[in-house]
Amino acid sequence: MSIVKDREAAGAALSRRSLNRRSFLAASLAGGAVLTFDARIALAQATGAAGEPVLLTAFIRINADNSVTIGAKNPEIGQGVKTMLPMLIAEELDVAWNQVRIEQTDADDKRYGLQVAGGSTATPNNWLPMRQAGAAARAMLVAAAAKQWGVAPASLSTEAGKVIDKAGGRSMPYAALAREAAGMPVPDLATVPLKPADAFHIIGQPMQGVDTPKIVKGTPLFGIDTHLPGMLHAALVKCPAFGGTIARIDDAAVRGIPGVVAVVPVNSGLVPPGQQDAVAIVADSWWKASKAREKLVVAWDDAAQKQFSTAGYAKQAADALGAAPQADLFKAGDADKALAGATKTVTADYSYPFLAHATLEPQNCTALWTADGKLELWAPTQNPGAGRKEVAAMLGIAPEAMTIHMTRIGGGFGRRLMSDYMVLAAQVAKGVPGRPVKLLWDRTDDLRHDYYRPAGWHRFTAGLDAKGALIAFKDHFITFGADGKPIRAAEMSSTEFPAPVVPDAHLGATYLKTNLPTGWLRAPTSNAMAFVYQGFLDEVAEAAGIDLPELMRRTLGEPRELPTERKGLVFHTGRARSVIDAVCKAANWTGRTGPAKGAGDAVKGRGFGFYFSHRGYFAEVVDVTVSGGTSVKVDKIWMAGDIGSQVINPLNAEHQSQGAAIDGIAQALVWQPVVQEAGAVTADNFGDFPLLRIDAVPRDVAITWVKSDFPPTGLGEPALPPVIPAIANAIRAATGKRLRSLPLQLT
Amino acid sequence: MAISLTVNRKKRVVDADADKPLLWVLREDLNLPGTKFGCGAGLCGACTVLLDGNAVRSCQTPIADAAGKQITTIEDVASLPVGKKVVDAWVDLDVPQCGYCQAGQIMSATALLTQTPRPTAEDIEGGMSGNICRCATYLRIQKAIRKAAGVAA
Ligand code: FES
Ligand code: FES
Repeated sequence: MSIVKDREAAGAALSRRSLNRRSFLAASLAGGAVLTFDARIALAQATGAAGEPVLLTAFIRINADNSVTIGAKNPEIGQGVKTMLPMLIAEELDVAWNQVRIEQTDADDKRYGLQVAGGSTATPNNWLPMRQAGAAARAMLVAAAAKQWGVAPASLSTEAGKVIDKAGGRSMPYAALAREAAGMPVPDLATVPLKPADAFHIIGQPMQGVDTPKIVKGTPLFGIDTHLPGMLHAALVKCPAFGGTIARIDDAAVRGIPGVVAVVPVNSGLVPPGQQDAVAIVADSWWKASKAREKLVVAWDDAAQKQFSTAGYAKQAADALGAAPQADLFKAGDADKALAGATKTVTADYSYPFLAHATLEPQNCTALWTADGKLELWAPTQNPGAGRKEVAAMLGIAPEAMTIHMTRIGGGFGRRLMSDYMVLAAQVAKGVPGRPVKLLWDRTDDLRHDYYRPAGWHRFTAGLDAKGALIAFKDHFITFGADGKPIRAAEMSSTEFPAPVVPDAHLGATYLKTNLPTGWLRAPTSNAMAFVYQGFLDEVAEAAGIDLPELMRRTLGEPRELPTERKGLVFHTGRARSVIDAVCKAANWTGRTGPAKGAGDAVKGRGFGFYFSHRGYFAEVVDVTVSGGTSVKVDKIWMAGDIGSQVINPLNAEHQSQGAAIDGIAQALVWQPVVQEAGAVTADNFGDFPLLRIDAVPRDVAITWVKSDFPPTGLGEPALPPVIPAIANAIRAATGKRLRSLPLQLT
Repeated sequence: MAISLTVNRKKRVVDADADKPLLWVLREDLNLPGTKFGCGAGLCGACTVLLDGNAVRSCQTPIADAAGKQITTIEDVASLPVGKKVVDAWVDLDVPQCGYCQAGQIMSATALLTQTPRPTAEDIEGGMSGNICRCATYLRIQKAIRKAAGVAA
């Protein structure tokens, strides 16, 4: 593939980023001294009893039985990072995978570097540093053996947790060298030698999830399973309308219930500012606390919030679409003039609703406020660093006065990048000092008090010349904002493809007001933009008499890098083309087809979608069957993905991409809009916010990996976005109908 | 009130309100947190347990209704021959992602295979449609059930 050749410039940009990242870690590791710090711990330990485990780097503990305990530093939400990051360390440490034990670390970014589960960043951010940590520890073990044997380190090799002196015909297990190694100088991480890819024996192998054997036994692992001696339980009564405050509480009836310990007013605090008032009922059982909510009387001050509703947004959006945009996001040439001179124009409106995250484990957090004003948290958080800051600010304590234990997490999808449940739990704990308290939301709390994926509306216009080439492009995007800027997750990139490659293009935006807090939902912004852009481009392709893969090839042009809005991130048109070609080949794509007959009244159709997000390039083809005129079933999905030179754990890579694709089906066909009335969300449970069930799953999701010569990137998100337009385009092929609004519904 | 029941082959007595759901008795009173809370409304299946061999939603089962009955939860499902096959297949295929729904999935799969030892794909869809997996591990759930049943994938 030609893209291997022209990696130079892109590679330079990428490695510049990696370098920045590396210097950050180097600062926190070598300079700020995670390695030296831990080496000192190890020395102190070395004076203790022999046979005790020895720490080498912040991540590695060599045990007396020559097993190795590796710290997994990032939050595990089901994306497989608790297995993947230790694989990187174990590879370079050169141990056998069956010697490895894995432990979740606490939250401590000074010790471990950035700890976050978001943006599919774990792979690009840790591909180098984790391997360097393993390689540094290995080098220290080799140095210890060299010293003991009086030979040069370069004459020694390692294998399966042993240092080997081939010439001398001897070897020593790491456990016998660890105490000595802990006193060796920590090598320069930037230059410590790393294995070439063809020497990998762990990276690239299918590895089972580290917690799988525990999960199938029901072992307590999740935040909700936290159990501490003397623990209390808390349930919340929240202001239904976001931003409302408590006017008056009458809790006399609640306080009379046996087992109820306290009633604590709380506020989720800083993000967004002042959101949102609630009252916590603390009892000796969550069931009791939850039931006691019926007896609590709260009057809310929420008059200012009542103006916000789904119907109101729809009307404002319709009005705004007809007016000029408030802001320009991108402008090249004169789109209006070019459209006036175009041979053919295509125009269409697209939209999508607010969505909740609906993690299956409801939001929860356990907290203990001790007598000396310290706080301990057991938190299912994707973002412990942000949580620490917000809790510290809300409670007026020092960030260091807090210990954060990270639990396994029953689904993240971006919901747990926010820290409201930590802030609330901490306040409740402060209300019952000295006793641990677990705060748990019920499903209705969870659906009504989310940070929602924002709704959006687009009016597109495209112009084609006599040869069918795309010469003009316009999008007026109606989204949510404040002070002329989009609010969280409501933005659109100024380099949204194809705008930057069309001679005359204009992307504009208008911002509506909402009181709903918004947030990142798996593949944030991309999950919506892929649908509207690839859906509309399929219409443009149709007008040009070609299919979408062909329109994409022509519009992408020669393999080259296009700058993106994000500094240091480029969009490589050659990588895009390669996945488009690969998926067309795998699915035997033969161009735009009309409906094919299925059984009975059923019709079948095929659709295509491409999207670049979170550094991953994915092209997907979907087959659908439409029965009875309205019921849509996805039969099969083919995907081709380029996430760089190496798929680290192929087993988990398959899980992630298949799961993401099915998640895309849910957004396209199953999930219903989150509806707001008088400032409050109305969704009650999975009855009116239905999730996808097993009967909606296609019989196969086939994956083709396109390897390229770029550093590996993440996989939690980029496989999701293209599915949604591919389904819409397949429905068009099957029925002749264009569905331009999510969820896709034939009536 | 005091209620006697048999949980995972052991006789237990709990003192709880008659309307307290079995789910919360398991989690809070019997220290068996493997059974999960997802919706509290019978809609997600995360709380599925076996009550006298039948899959029930423990969030919808008042403890009074479980009095005198045999309850099996995820913590002991592998003591049943069918449960053991299901659990082994789950491990072999590495079914879980976040893992939160999986206790309920395994309990439902065990009930399904006990009643229908050689299920078709449609039987599996029917038997498992009460269990939501937000991570969408459904393709592997299908495969694992067939594997546990010894029928071709
Ligand atoms: S928690 Fe019982 S069905 Fe959802
Ligand atoms: S594995 Fe996450 S909900 Fe099923």
